Amino acid sequence: MSEPKDRENWAKPVDRLEVKSVPEGAKGQTVHGRRLTGPLQGFGQMWQKTYRVRIDGKNPEEVIAVWKTSYGRFWPKTNRFYAPIAGIKPGEIGLITGKSGPTKLSTGVMVLYADDRSFTYITPEGHPFAGWITFSAHDEDDHTVAQVSALIRANDPIYEAGFMVYGNRAEDRMWLHTLRELARHLGSKQEPTFERVKVDRKREWKNFKNIRRNAMLTGMFRRKSKGGGAG
Amino acid sequence: MPEAKVEMSVRDGGPTVRIIDIRGEVTAFAEPVLAEAFTRASAGDTRVVVLNFAGMEYMNSGGIGVLVTTLIRANRNNQQMRACGLSEHYRQILTLTRLDEAIHVFDDEAGAVAG
Repeated sequence: MSEPKDRENWAKPVDRLEVKSVPEGAKGQTVHGRRLTGPLQGFGQMWQKTYRVRIDGKNPEEVIAVWKTSYGRFWPKTNRFYAPIAGIKPGEIGLITGKSGPTKLSTGVMVLYADDRSFTYITPEGHPFAGWITFSAHDEDDHTVAQVSALIRANDPIYEAGFMVYGNRAEDRMWLHTLRELARHLGSKQEPTFERVKVDRKREWKNFKNIRRNAMLTGMFRRKSKGGGAG
Repeated sequence: MPEAKVEMSVRDGGPTVRIIDIRGEVTAFAEPVLAEAFTRASAGDTRVVVLNFAGMEYMNSGGIGVLVTTLIRANRNNQQMRACGLSEHYRQILTLTRLDEAIHVFDDEAGAVAG
């Protein structure tokens, strides 16, 4: 059998994540030692969400090259992405600090897949979502489309409750903001659009116990035990 | 929208087993092709749908997503999804993404049909 042409694009199998270095301001405790979670390992209803923006004058490879090197700069100021030192390459881990509703949250993602036209993150246990999110660009008629496509479900019942109250819309705002900023950076004034599809209405009660790894709760308890209080 | 570079055909594997032969590239753009093949495969008294990947040339992360949405459809129909014909590389990807916890992976078609 010939060598698959996508071999180098995928992360190597990993049982538990290993955070080798933690940048100043980031926290690795809610990522290090955790397993990856695909959309089948989460708790809540499964969503497929697609956000798109038209970009003129750049080909898909140029869009993705800029997106990879400046990924965090397109995020809203409330959240911060600490890019892997080696860049967005398969198997690398990025750390995240931000807020889940009113509460601080530290988590991360692993680069599951990366090529010249796309890259995908997969989430660890304790992240608000179980699943993956793909950032891609492709040709469409005479222009390029940059796209964020998430296949996710809330990781546990607490996140699911938050997702229903504010998380769903907060996530939409985040990726629309990201695409708008990316488009502006690349000289396009187009507005992003999105669509949500509920892929699975069922909640996976067998994954209720994911709550034990909830990064928001473990971070809160850690801050309290250090005497730092909540928030 | 780019065209899917994949072909899928459906055949019988047994009285309640249907096999989908996949040839080409499994990406997000393969979704309508797989959805149509799955609709045909899951009709009637089908209890098991086998995805035969022996002719697959390439799969990216969008393709893995397409497998998840198809699996959800199978679960909704109370049908089991099985896979065969995967190279070691793609088996590892199913393990990495933990899809192998829900899709039963077999070495060959005979094993997948027999379960």
